[in-house]
Amino acid sequence: MSRRADTADTVVALAVTVFGGVVIWRGSAIPPSPLYAAVGPKLVPYVAGAALVVLGVLLLVEALRGGWSSELEEVRDAPPVNLRSFGLLVAGLFANLALIDTLGFVFAGTVQFTLVAMALNAKSPLRAALIGLVVTFGAFLFFDKALGVNIGAGIFEGIL
Amino acid sequence: MDTLANLGGGFATALTPLNLLWALIGCFLGTAIGVLPGIGPALTIALLLPVTYQISATGAFILFCGTFYGAMYGGSTTSILINTPGESGSIITALEGNKMARSGRAGPALATSAIGSFIAGTIGTLGISFFGPVVVELALKLGPAEYFSLMVFCFVTVSAVLGSSALRGLTSLFFGIFLGMIGIDLQTGQPRFTFGLPELLDGVNVVLVAVALFAVAETLHLALRWRPGQEEILPVSGKLWLSREDWRRSFWPWLRGAGLGFPFGVMPAGGTEMPTMLSYYAERKLSKKPEEFGTVGAIEGVAGPEAANNAAAAGVLVPMLTLGLPTSATAAIMLSAFQSYGIQPGPLLFTEQAELVWGLIASLYIANVMLLVLNLPLIGLWVRILKVPTPLLYAGILVFATIGTYGISNSVVDLVLLYVIGFIGMLMKRFDFPVAPVVIGMILGPMAEQAMRQALTISQGDWSTFVTRPVSAAILALALIALAGPRLYGAVARAR
Repeated sequence: MSRRADTADTVVALAVTVFGGVVIWRGSAIPPSPLYAAVGPKLVPYVAGAALVVLGVLLLVEALRGGWSSELEEVRDAPPVNLRSFGLLVAGLFANLALIDTLGFVFAGTVQFTLVAMALNAKSPLRAALIGLVVTFGAFLFFDKALGVNIGAGIFEGIL
Repeated sequence: MDTLANLGGGFATALTPLNLLWALIGCFLGTAIGVLPGIGPALTIALLLPVTYQISATGAFILFCGTFYGAMYGGSTTSILINTPGESGSIITALEGNKMARSGRAGPALATSAIGSFIAGTIGTLGISFFGPVVVELALKLGPAEYFSLMVFCFVTVSAVLGSSALRGLTSLFFGIFLGMIGIDLQTGQPRFTFGLPELLDGVNVVLVAVALFAVAETLHLALRWRPGQEEILPVSGKLWLSREDWRRSFWPWLRGAGLGFPFGVMPAGGTEMPTMLSYYAERKLSKKPEEFGTVGAIEGVAGPEAANNAAAAGVLVPMLTLGLPTSATAAIMLSAFQSYGIQPGPLLFTEQAELVWGLIASLYIANVMLLVLNLPLIGLWVRILKVPTPLLYAGILVFATIGTYGISNSVVDLVLLYVIGFIGMLMKRFDFPVAPVVIGMILGPMAEQAMRQALTISQGDWSTFVTRPVSAAILALALIALAGPRLYGAVARAR
């Protein structure tokens, strides 16, 4: 094997190893059990953490020998990264996080719906916003009024 | 026969107007959502979970099973008409089905897959009815040590044997086990991996993880390399029925496919990829017109794999209902629904929840009939659903993802988790880590830990209990063979 190491795969392998280490570290912080038990609450966390470290190291070996993902058809033939679409989508997710507690599900959902639709090049953002409003409002009526599941109240919902 | 009496009781439960309605809604929603490209049965059921907070457990599971079968039917329509399989089991259907649609035979392809699904689904359901109680008999003799070994076997098969790489499958599995450990340890009451967040004391909801991995990750993955443009939807061409020759050419592939699929589904070696692939190769070998394969599309290549897919999906319900072991992401989510109803899955389910279990099995027969009736005449409606523009489709999926997570807890922490795990899922997709083992590990991990502790309490802390009890030792040996066997075989083959 004389192929060069694959940078992206190396990073992933290192991330798995570090994550396994974190699992062991946080596992050691679990308070000891006050009850007698043949197996305490720490054993399985240790096993899982150790397994992830071992798997991470094995993945690292594979990555240094040329990696695995660059040969995949989906990766090789993938179109270039579209930062506009990805950025708008992530903006939609953050908008939902920021708005749902204060302005409620219908408003936050509509904003997210519009941004996601714009991210994927919807024909008309205004039309998407209207459809988003209908979808979120309909879902709110169905869940909140018909099923009694609270999916987040806010200004729109308060009026009803 | 006990089974027949039970089944009779089951039909009495399933045929009440309300339960029939749930089955119908399930079939309808399942097909509608299953038709949407990129959405498989696991996500469909995860998104439906909040709907069920208000209905009885029996009604909810009838709804789920209708959805499960419906999503399988719907998925094949998508595979045939736009060549984007919604889940791994329909990849093979897309192969020949899409070729048939391209050469103007979409109608017969849809018909053979619907009728084949019906036949295989019914054979699979018969298998559940008569084979399930036998498995329960055996399962009742198993102690915690055997259960633990069985779960280890499941871990190995779902992560290391299926999929392209054992390393990456096992990494996914242990990530899932880690997620499953978050929260209060039920046996000792100690908080684990809560990182000081009180919201995490109750653990991470499996629905959240499934929605993150299947919906959020999918959308992020799509947007990252988005290229605007329309997918080509092939028209439903040709008569939507089978000619005499089509019947003749489909009949044996249906039966062979079902015969291959069901045992694969029952074994914890789960998965629908293997039986569908085997069925495809078998039909290509046996076909009198092998030249049609890969060119104009051979009907045998749709009929066989589609039947195998549905029979395997039915088979997966056997370990889920009898042992409480999920061997697919869909089964893992259904199992978590059992837990949220306070029902303990396992061999006692058949006796303690007889009405639910047999009502559910009976409703599977009914769902199959409903789906056959819904699918062929309503094909126009399903095609219209296929035409929903992709931007609006994914925007809508994310709205329902919010409902499925924020709606459960009303906590923004859960939404943050949803997006973080979604982002991890996107990376997993890019780097070819399978996501199903995460969901399975999350459900099965805590169950295995509990079984291990019970076994060790019984043996007074003696670890040899797992290898000195013969059944447990045999299962562990099988797991070891499943893990190391293919590699040893490969090494020997290379050495020659």
